[in-house]
Amino acid sequence: MKNNVGREISDEILNSTNHKPFETTEIGHPTVHYTGHNVRVTKGDDKLVDSLDQVIKDNLKDGMTISFHHHFRNGDYVFNMVMDKIIKMGYKDLTLAPSSLTGVMNDKVIEAIKAGTITNITSSGMRGSLGEAVSHGLLKNPVIFRSHGNRARSIENGNIKIDVAFLGVPNSDRMGNANGMNGESALGSLGYALVDAQYANKVVLLTDTIVDYPNTPASIKQTQVDYVVKVDKVGDPDRIGSGATRFTKDPKELKIAKMVNDVIVNSPYFKNNFSFQTGTGGASLAVTRFLRQSMLDNDIKASFTCGGTTSPIVKLLEEGLVKKVMDVQDFDKGAASSMKSNPGQTEIDGSWYADPDNKGAMVDQLDIAILSALEIDTDFNVNVLTGSNGVIRGAVGGHQDAGTAKMTIISAPLTRGRIATVVPAVNSITTPGSSIDVLVTEVGVAVNPARKDLIEAFKKAPSIPLVSIEELQKRAEGIVGKPKPIEYTDRTVALVEYRDGTLIDEVKQIKD
Amino acid sequence: MEERLRRTMMFVPGNNAGMVKDAGIYGADSIMFDLEDSVSMSEKDAARMLVYEALQTQDYGDSELVVRVNGIDTPYFKNDVYAMVKAGIEVVRLPKVESAQMMLDLVKVVEEAEKKFDRKPGSTHVMAAIESAKGVLNAPEIAASTDRMIGLALSAEDYTTDMKTHRYPDGAELEFARNMILHAARAAGIAAFDTVFTNMNDIEGFQRETEHIHELGFDGKSLVNPRQIDWVNKVYEPTKKEIENALDVEAAIEEAHQKGSGVISMNGQMVDRPVVLRAQRVIRLAKASNLINEEGEYIEK
Amino acid sequence: MDIKKTALAGTLESSDIQITLSKGDNGVNIDLDSSVEELYGDQIRKVITDTLAAYGIKNANVKAVDKGALDCVVKARTMAAAQRALETTDQPDWEVF
Repeated sequence: MKNNVGREISDEILNSTNHKPFETTEIGHPTVHYTGHNVRVTKGDDKLVDSLDQVIKDNLKDGMTISFHHHFRNGDYVFNMVMDKIIKMGYKDLTLAPSSLTGVMNDKVIEAIKAGTITNITSSGMRGSLGEAVSHGLLKNPVIFRSHGNRARSIENGNIKIDVAFLGVPNSDRMGNANGMNGESALGSLGYALVDAQYANKVVLLTDTIVDYPNTPASIKQTQVDYVVKVDKVGDPDRIGSGATRFTKDPKELKIAKMVNDVIVNSPYFKNNFSFQTGTGGASLAVTRFLRQSMLDNDIKASFTCGGTTSPIVKLLEEGLVKKVMDVQDFDKGAASSMKSNPGQTEIDGSWYADPDNKGAMVDQLDIAILSALEIDTDFNVNVLTGSNGVIRGAVGGHQDAGTAKMTIISAPLTRGRIATVVPAVNSITTPGSSIDVLVTEVGVAVNPARKDLIEAFKKAPSIPLVSIEELQKRAEGIVGKPKPIEYTDRTVALVEYRDGTLIDEVKQIKD
Repeated sequence: MEERLRRTMMFVPGNNAGMVKDAGIYGADSIMFDLEDSVSMSEKDAARMLVYEALQTQDYGDSELVVRVNGIDTPYFKNDVYAMVKAGIEVVRLPKVESAQMMLDLVKVVEEAEKKFDRKPGSTHVMAAIESAKGVLNAPEIAASTDRMIGLALSAEDYTTDMKTHRYPDGAELEFARNMILHAARAAGIAAFDTVFTNMNDIEGFQRETEHIHELGFDGKSLVNPRQIDWVNKVYEPTKKEIENALDVEAAIEEAHQKGSGVISMNGQMVDRPVVLRAQRVIRLAKASNLINEEGEYIEK
Repeated sequence: MDIKKTALAGTLESSDIQITLSKGDNGVNIDLDSSVEELYGDQIRKVITDTLAAYGIKNANVKAVDKGALDCVVKARTMAAAQRALETTDQPDWEVF
């Protein structure tokens, strides 16, 4: 059948995986039930151990679900260390349920799939060699991609039942009180890992820094933790950041960023105590700088930012232009290390940030979200997961979640090299067009026709070159030409859930 | 013909595929594809072909399209001009011009090319880059050399070398050349472009120089980086007072038109032609700077 | 027209394509290395083949390393490589332009 964004969802998948097709971005007010978890009772004197092998042996069984967080990003040592042991110990049929998978984990995941250790994966995304391998059919069962908010939701409602969570932390005491802000490998907010710590049957902390008891502030608490394993090193702090913390000099990125700022400033949301979320990458950082100037010029302050945090956002906090930074993860070393000295840089967990099935998340209060796109189609549907060649190479992240902001802006170049960004139909849908309000490219701004109020507001600003998204699509095609359609097999290699757990799209295997 | 805005003439290295492709997105008043100094001897043919093909296929919006060809004494000159005329270029910019004769020699080749490739005779315009003492002294005759002329540009690197000096922050070394070129251009009724400013890290210096040439009366400036476009446009933005006054003048013109009167008057006083011309220029600039809305009213940024 | 010498045009920079033309005796053989092979590989080969045909080149080995070049760039680089290989760089073939 076709779901509400016109994507073909096979009945076989709907039946075998117990999914419903995507219908609407409206969540409503359902009553949901949160699942419980096991607690092995202890006074805690037996928690601190040296042998990771023994912990795995005592707690892990074939067929179980294991989880990790990705806050160390490409500086992560924990995932490979743990996974390597699990593969060598001969475990089979595990479900891997990390908050996301970063490039540094790719080789080990592929090895684990080939060894039969991992047979199911749910993640925010995957890139590089792992995305290639999965798109070419390496994994037997389809990967389930979930947004950060949906992951928290799925852990709460039991769709993801974590048996053992292996959580790397930059510090912990012998009882498992830990935080992300201190220590040599400080990563700032432990946001996504906090949900694992709360709901997993077994919680194993791995740290290179044991501190005196009791350790405060305790993001992860001793009441949640079964083991504290001392290891040599949990991560490389220099590789936590994506690197893109400098102000871009790329004239195209600057042009887009300036237009994004014009859109924000001329929108009805730009007033005192507004809230916003930006992403990472050159253009996004540039938006933050232009926005800073506009806030100063107009004497406007923001009540909060949320989502992933960057150094330029922390700078706004320190200047008093932003009152609170609601921080679920930190994208660079500067943002990670500033949490301990900035009381306004507040750690929030994945549920608080973006979960659709709780009593109100930060994203529900968000005025403006500035998000990216690999592709966007003429219905404003966005793809941030698969490349135009059909290969998995991205992450849902918080895209669907932040997309619920009152004004969601997609900032993207019209073309990248010979790849069109604005296309007739996206390769796969991550975020439905009904939650996208504005597209900003270097050659023009397209507003979702449903947002007549925004169109009227922007018409009054001659600096905003309004065009239809169809015109942008035609212009992109005029530049790069019509691509040859990608050939797929019938086999589904990945499912893309919307944040409410319905199926928004399927990713098929690439024909070799 | 309505005078065009020529605040920004952006240089684009002719053999750089990425920059040639993206040149249209920055809103430069003029784009100048360079086949000369930014292209090595061994790549002259390739750059000529790249610019030719790009001109045939890419959308450069409303920008005026200019090509700087290789010098008249080089083996590339004739093929450059032929290719660009065939491509339908709007303006051929000749480097190192020292005499009116050089422009006439260029025009001769342009005429040949227009004929050979069935281009409308006279459709290709030309401009001269002044890069030497001799060029500066001959600026008036160069500016008036042909009907195809649209402008004179100062090129300071070669000029300061010729003058046995170099660039200084205060620009004193260029004062005579700037004034000479500007007067020659104005006397001939064509545009005057100031030289490039190459140090991208000295934003203040760039602004100072741009304010200076704006004050002198230059139409605009040659640019080496798209980021400089906004900086120049900012300097050329008319003030609120200028715009409001210009809108009043425009209303007075409209009123005179309605009445069928040849005399334009405002507040009981007759409005002179220079005032009308200045008002029209201010309105053009204000529109280009996004300072006038759909209803023709001034808006605060 | 016969290729007189091996010739190269274009760069390995983003949005460009580097074309190397050498003598061949069995039609036009294109060895294409492109980041957009799945989407535009056929189109790139067609532009190269058509451009060579316009110069009357029927036999050639072509090595093309593409970094996301548009058709106009593929054509321009093939033209430059062809005229260099034919040793006619000084006499542009205006019919092909």
